[in-house]
Amino acid sequence: MPQIFRRGRFWIQLGVVVALMAFGGLLINNITVNLIRTGLGLDFGWLWRPAGFALAETALPYAPTDSYAWALVIGWMNSLKVILVGLLLATMLGVAAGAARSSRNRLLRSLSGGYVALIRQVPLLLQLLFWYFVAFLGLPDTPVGGLIHFSNQGIRLLGLNLSVEFCSVLTGLVVFTGASIAEIVRGGINAVSLGQWEAFRSLGLLEGVGLRRIVLPQALPAILPALTSQFLNLAKNSTLAIAVGYADLYAVSDTTITQTGRAIEGFLLLLLSFLLLNLLISGGMALMNGAVLGRLQRSR
Amino acid sequence: MTIAIRATDLVKSYSPGLNALDGVSLEVSAGEVLVVMGPSGSGKSTLIRTFNGLETLDSGSLDVLGLRLDAAHEERQVRAIRERVGMVFQQFNLFPHLSILDNISLAPIKVQKRAKAAAEHLAIELLDQMGIREQAHKYPAQLSGGQQQRVAIARALALDPEVMLFDEPTSALDPERVKEVLDAMRQLAKGGMTMVVVTHELGFAREVADRVMFMDQGQVVETSDPQTFFTNAREERSRRFLSQMM
Ligand SMILES: Nc1ncnc2c1ncn2[C@@H]1O[C@H](COP(=O)(O)OP(=O)(O)OP(=O)(O)O)[C@@H](O)[C@H]1O
Ligand SMILES: [Mg+2]
Repeated sequence: MPQIFRRGRFWIQLGVVVALMAFGGLLINNITVNLIRTGLGLDFGWLWRPAGFALAETALPYAPTDSYAWALVIGWMNSLKVILVGLLLATMLGVAAGAARSSRNRLLRSLSGGYVALIRQVPLLLQLLFWYFVAFLGLPDTPVGGLIHFSNQGIRLLGLNLSVEFCSVLTGLVVFTGASIAEIVRGGINAVSLGQWEAFRSLGLLEGVGLRRIVLPQALPAILPALTSQFLNLAKNSTLAIAVGYADLYAVSDTTITQTGRAIEGFLLLLLSFLLLNLLISGGMALMNGAVLGRLQRSR
Repeated sequence: MTIAIRATDLVKSYSPGLNALDGVSLEVSAGEVLVVMGPSGSGKSTLIRTFNGLETLDSGSLDVLGLRLDAAHEERQVRAIRERVGMVFQQFNLFPHLSILDNISLAPIKVQKRAKAAAEHLAIELLDQMGIREQAHKYPAQLSGGQQQRVAIARALALDPEVMLFDEPTSALDPERVKEVLDAMRQLAKGGMTMVVVTHELGFAREVADRVMFMDQGQVVETSDPQTFFTNAREERSRRFLSQMM
């Protein structure tokens, strides 16, 4: 018998589904009533009209004569870009900072402790504004060895041109989410018994090797579920990009809605896009979780 | 005779006013088996753990295999010692997410930069020596306590150490599993391994130890050959301890 029918869980799940359906129905009803009242039908025809606004940052060719649909696609790609790179870097920073918390080096320990404490005190919006106005716009013109070039126009990294807006949003999201991930990683590491540290140390293994090969793999089952929600947070927080003028999906949608007056359709598309994105993230993490738990099961 | 471990006036305190080690001096010769006994909290674990740098000292001088390990020792020095000194814990401390083979071959690969195939070949050989060759591809949780502890011994032996430290290796085992671990240690002693063994297994001490050291409250009370210690201990405290044990 499938798991779902056991221990009355089925009824709870059924209740949730019914509640969701009722809520959805209410929402759709409201929207329809509103649309009828204002004399507007649900209409997506505007999507194919020229957008008329310029976008500072485009992953694919775009001109103001292109359609709103294409502008939204460009916005979606900008969102995706900052989110995916952000996830990767935030994880790296978080793991490094979390591991540093259990380092035997006092300086490393207090540095990472200070980082986490500071970042968690300050609202993300303020941090984004700080990175934009103070850090990146204040960059002096400095070429570094021909490979990287810093300036208040952005950063040129090898062949890549990164705008000030992109850099600010990315840095803000990474530094902010990295602090939360650091706490999660620290918790996971602390849950691994001291005996494991003593065992690998007694074998003459380096701290880094022991951390990577012995401690972190055992911390992973505790870390991954909490990591998923931090990833989703990062994706959702990326909509704050509008504050520094980064042309992400939310910013483009905002302009589109203002110009067309099509708030309901615009928000529906926005909602759908984020739903899709978060499903992708949750799905990916669930796969990873399954793989880790599977490996753990085999070792039981 | 070469001295493997020379300790002079070791002092170690975890909390002010209470010395876990309170001026311990001892020598362990190469090839010798020293059994350490004493009541709970007497500092046995603390002492043996200073020998591979798991605990740091407050004062005193410690020489292990000619390398100094005092209060101000360096990290690199400690690792050099750990490559040459194996340790076996009461709780086994096997790596639960690695197969038995990987548990044993990890250090030879990472520390001694051996080829994977060679390290695994060595691991199988050591498992064979421990009588559990057929467990190579299982995971720690699938083994009995006695088998796990023998894997832990094999893991420590994989670096080909000159000294082996045992901290109550049979205390966490079911009584019927104690013998298989003691047998493995006995075999090791016969092969001439220098061993420091914290244990309350009187039979093992009587039969395998070259000397028995009795500790109480962070101090060495007496060090005698097993014959003397078990039949005619010099100190009153040792005799009282023994009478409680038997
Ligand atoms: N990590 C620690 N932190 C604080 N105190 C400790 C620590 N480890 C040991 N001690 C204290 O140091 C003293 C010696 O402890 P130790 O573990 O060396 O004794 P032991 O002889 O091994 O005892 P047992 O037979 O119970 O294992 C005890 O008073 C103990 O409470
Ligand atoms: Mg002890």
